[in-house]
Amino acid sequence: MKILRPKDVKTKGMRQINVRGGSQRVLALCLLFVHFESLPYGERLQGSTMKDADIKRLFYVHIFCIVSIILTTFIPSFFLEDFSVLETHLTWLCICSMCVAIINVVLYLQVKPNPSSKRSSIFHKISRLLKSCVYFFISCLLFHAIIVLYGAPLIELMLETFLFAVILSTFTTLPCLCLLGPNIKAWLRVFTRNGATSIWDNSLQITTMSSVIGAWLGAFPIPLDWERPWQVWPISCTLGATFGYMAGLLISPVWIYRNRKQLTYKSR
Amino acid sequence: MLKALVLLFLAWVCFLFYAGIGLFTSGFLLTRLELTNHSSCQELPGKGTLVGSGRGEPGACWTVPRFSRAVIVLIDALRFDFVHPWPAGPPAPQPFLGRLSFIQHLLEAQPQHARLYRFLADPPTTTMQRLKALTTGSLPTFVDAGSNFASYAIQEDNLIAQLNNTVDRDDWDLLIAHFLGVDHCGHKHGPHHPEMAKKLNQMDQMLQTLVEQLENDTLLVVAGDHGMTETGDHGGDSKPEVMAALFLYSPLPLFPGASLKDPEVVPQVNLVPTLALLLGLPIPFGNIGEVMVDLFSGEGDTQPLATALAQASAYHLNAQQVSRFLHAYSLAAQDLPPEELQHLQNLFSSASSEYEQLLDQLKTGEVREADIQALISQLRLFLRGARTACTETWARFRPARMIGGTILLASTCLLCLITSRLTSSPDFPFHCLLLRAVVWGLAGAVLLAGGLMAAGIGLEPSLLCAGSAATSLIAFLWALKSRESSSMTVFLPGPLPILVLLFLRSAALFSDSFVVAEAWAAPFLLRSLSLFLVAQLHWEGRLLVGVSTACLSSPTASLARREGPRALGLLVGLLLCVRLSILFHRCPEETPVCQSSPWLAPLATMAGGQAKNLWYGACLGTLGVLVLAVRFWLRRCGNLNSPAPPVLFVRWGLPLMALGTAAHWALASGTDEAPPRLQALVSGAVVGLPRAVLALAAIGLGLLLWQPVTVLVKTGASSSNHIIVPFVGPPASQADLDYVVPQIYRRMQEALRGKLARGGGQTPLALAAYGLGSVYSAAVVTALALLAFPLLLLHTERISLAFLILFLQSFLLLQLLATAVGTPAGSPGPFSVPWLAISAWALTATQTFYSTGHQPVFPAIHWNAAFVGFTEGHGSSPVLPALLVGANTFASHLLFSVGCPLLLLWPFVCEGQGSTKRKKTLASGTEVGGEKEEEPLMEMRLRDSPHHFNAALLQLGLKYLFILGVQVLACVLAASILRRHLMVWKVFAPKFIFEAVGFVVSSLGLLLGVALVMWVDRAVGSWFKQLILSQER
Repeated sequence: MKILRPKDVKTKGMRQINVRGGSQRVLALCLLFVHFESLPYGERLQGSTMKDADIKRLFYVHIFCIVSIILTTFIPSFFLEDFSVLETHLTWLCICSMCVAIINVVLYLQVKPNPSSKRSSIFHKISRLLKSCVYFFISCLLFHAIIVLYGAPLIELMLETFLFAVILSTFTTLPCLCLLGPNIKAWLRVFTRNGATSIWDNSLQITTMSSVIGAWLGAFPIPLDWERPWQVWPISCTLGATFGYMAGLLISPVWIYRNRKQLTYKSR
Repeated sequence: MLKALVLLFLAWVCFLFYAGIGLFTSGFLLTRLELTNHSSCQELPGKGTLVGSGRGEPGACWTVPRFSRAVIVLIDALRFDFVHPWPAGPPAPQPFLGRLSFIQHLLEAQPQHARLYRFLADPPTTTMQRLKALTTGSLPTFVDAGSNFASYAIQEDNLIAQLNNTVDRDDWDLLIAHFLGVDHCGHKHGPHHPEMAKKLNQMDQMLQTLVEQLENDTLLVVAGDHGMTETGDHGGDSKPEVMAALFLYSPLPLFPGASLKDPEVVPQVNLVPTLALLLGLPIPFGNIGEVMVDLFSGEGDTQPLATALAQASAYHLNAQQVSRFLHAYSLAAQDLPPEELQHLQNLFSSASSEYEQLLDQLKTGEVREADIQALISQLRLFLRGARTACTETWARFRPARMIGGTILLASTCLLCLITSRLTSSPDFPFHCLLLRAVVWGLAGAVLLAGGLMAAGIGLEPSLLCAGSAATSLIAFLWALKSRESSSMTVFLPGPLPILVLLFLRSAALFSDSFVVAEAWAAPFLLRSLSLFLVAQLHWEGRLLVGVSTACLSSPTASLARREGPRALGLLVGLLLCVRLSILFHRCPEETPVCQSSPWLAPLATMAGGQAKNLWYGACLGTLGVLVLAVRFWLRRCGNLNSPAPPVLFVRWGLPLMALGTAAHWALASGTDEAPPRLQALVSGAVVGLPRAVLALAAIGLGLLLWQPVTVLVKTGASSSNHIIVPFVGPPASQADLDYVVPQIYRRMQEALRGKLARGGGQTPLALAAYGLGSVYSAAVVTALALLAFPLLLLHTERISLAFLILFLQSFLLLQLLATAVGTPAGSPGPFSVPWLAISAWALTATQTFYSTGHQPVFPAIHWNAAFVGFTEGHGSSPVLPALLVGANTFASHLLFSVGCPLLLLWPFVCEGQGSTKRKKTLASGTEVGGEKEEEPLMEMRLRDSPHHFNAALLQLGLKYLFILGVQVLACVLAASILRRHLMVWKVFAPKFIFEAVGFVVSSLGLLLGVALVMWVDRAVGSWFKQLILSQER
């Protein structure tokens, strides 16, 4: 395997990198890149190459996320007895949500797509962290409320519904927190027609939308009389959200790459 | 565009839809009238029998019983080839072949005791219909119109009833065992699965044990009620479905000769008369089967003459009974073709006279066997003819009609789609197109009628309507195409999300699970739609400010500042309402999995005490809130101050109606607790109060139609010199310029005109009209409130809460739509209601149907509604109870379709929401056009451009009809494509019926709503004229 250095990245297009290799290979590649990306943002690249490099970074980060989600489906069975995604669904939900959360946080801390604000005192950092936690919790509650308003049972299966809300928040709110910080105004701005200011914002739009749409589509098989284990509430919805999230992760770099000419960002 | 033209056009489109539905129904829904007559032992169907009449013998009825008991083993879905003998030796290629080896053994060992038949079932091959056929000897259809067609009990005369009535022997006479295993296995695995072999082996063992226990006077009948397709389904009319097996066995020799190599085909209905005569019972009244002649071989002796005589007498009894039934049926219903009946009658009378002759010959003792055989063949001809005539009428789908109806519906939907886009073009000649279509339609109807008469077929209304609808539709589309070819290009209804929604909604009707779960699916889609609406609002930067800083200075931003939180609040309220309305759901069937809401039961069934009182209080509160809400809304719009009679009625009549309703509920829920002295008074009040409420509602509606203009006029209320909404500073943007300049221009024009007219110097007299801005919607809302109270009364008490939610939810939806879909601020141009709003409205109507405790299945109909105000029941006329039950069932369809014009009006009402005073000043100029406004124009914008107003109403109606029509079309397609499906008679056909009737109710309601708005418009026009006249004086 060819090890790419920063200099190579500058010149070589994305197509040269073989992604079709085994997941092991991709994983190794991603880890390499994460290492490489820990350099501060904005010092190396300018212009259109900057955008291309950004897309590349986005792609690897996303691949890493997808691989980690896939890993959560079978790695735990080595440690836990009777683990399966469908039968011990709640356990998997917790593991998957934790895993995605950790990877998101770590990756975004490493990649730092948006340079953080100038103030960087400890106090400020802690308050940001606390605020983020509160926001995450509020978003879980909000999702829970919306799901219940959508017709989920109010009292029975409360834990299941709440965990569904948690995983949905992990797929949608957490990336927002990582990328934009606990800044509601920025969140709201990103989700408007011309609100995106970087490809990271665009990918945020796409992954969030596809997670929500996946969860929405996941509700469709519930009334069918197929009597499959995955039709039980909320398994089809959580699976739908997960597949939607993964699809979003895959689609967003591709979409951004194909539309890179049209995407022009205003500086904030 | 003329108002009458709009109504006529809508009515014509409705007629096209009705014709399509009618044509499809006549091909799909097999109907038959159930007669309640019963055969009785004492009353023979005709004259006595030839031999062995046996009257007076113990246990004998029409004939002497051949067997004293029978054991019927009904194996569900026992297809003929499951039983067909399979030579021993090589293993069978299919798991179901040769499994019932015991039957094979009996057939080979005792050919005179046992016999196998092909048992030909009539479609629909569903278990319920087949069981009915096997006991009544008739051809049950899906809708057997009778006294009570929601019941699962058999109302017609049948074998079991005869057994119960006639015979009183000490021990058992008939044992029926119904085995469902084979059918279940077929549905689950199909006939080719090894499980089927296992199941059939079990059946074989069961039969073996049974035969060992059988006594000599017992007949064993093993029958399948229908077959199954290669996938294990049934319900349709394919050969494997209709070809079941019948096996007869008697411990004594029964059959004269050996059985044929190839088993005979026996129609399923033939079993009933055979069994009846063999057991000595009267043949059930409605039987149309023919006796199986092999089994009447005369007792013991094998002389050919005696056998023939016994067979002839059985045949004659049977023919007499069938003839009696045909006569009774043709008196009650006209669906059997009269020529055919006449022909059959002739056959029967000639056979009868021959029979008489035979009787005479018997006395003299010269009877030839050939004569008897000739008689038998004649009787058989009659019986088969009768059965064929009935089958033709009752038990056959007519695919041509089904396809024709579907095509008619689909092209009418297309017509709605195309014309809804053309309404806005001002010079589109609707009137000549409509005239041409109507003329062509009439011509088509006349031609078709002539053709039918010439061909000798009776005039069938559904066929005539369909013919005229098709010709007029073709004429219209042809004229449209020749007029403008560009407009015929494919046009999709609205943006992509609406298409997705429509697709999902229609596709869901093709799955029985989704039809059953529609009570959940419709609210799901409604929530998604409203969430999408708000999300889109945000995406476009119109929801919250501070997001799109670039356009903050423009008027839209300031609009957004006000509307953002309001839209969110409306959304949350809407979602809450939809969620709460789920609490009133009813289950299509009561199962442990699905329990209906306990709140649907009337309060009278509750045990007394605190809870009952609390519930009653809540219902009272609901009534109060409804009345107050209407009053409050009218007051806010300024219409409540008007001295017009409808407003007075809203002030005083509505509370009175609420009071009447409350009193009725109190009495109805506590009738048993009333002291005995007051019993008569209470029962009188229980009858009188609902009628009084109904009468009040009728009076209110009459007043509303008499004087629909609810406007308060005040002279000299305000001076008129404010020009416009104050505008400070230089105009900053193009939008501001667009806003200010026309007003200045208009003001100048007006001033000039005033000077010219009056010579200047004279200040015009100011005139304030309160509530003019919402005069249309006030009338519609009043009408809705007046309609709602009688409908409320037809439901049980606690559903009033669901009605409250209904009103609240539709209010919130209207507000949200008006906020989000865009106010027509200042646009004088063509008005249009977006597809999104109409889809949401139709979805809400569907959701409300479920949330008022309804389900599209017959057992779930609220039959109690027929007795509200008529506690003693009705006379023989079924019209009034049908109306009451229909009004109960389709209440939401009616309310939402009458309220449909609100979709158009509401954005205009909302236009002036910011200011509290709803008034509009009129300068007493020389003409109506000389108005000047310092308040928003609101609904007067519509009046300012009457052409666009009428066009918008037409477009609204066409769009709503399109959405409803697509639903009906999806139901029609589902029912016809899935007519073999297991659930077709349980899910799809009832859904189609409910959807079709709902469509008829909705379209009528829509016509009423549109007509009401136009009526108000006319009244407003004449009101303006009067006003000007009075000002001039």
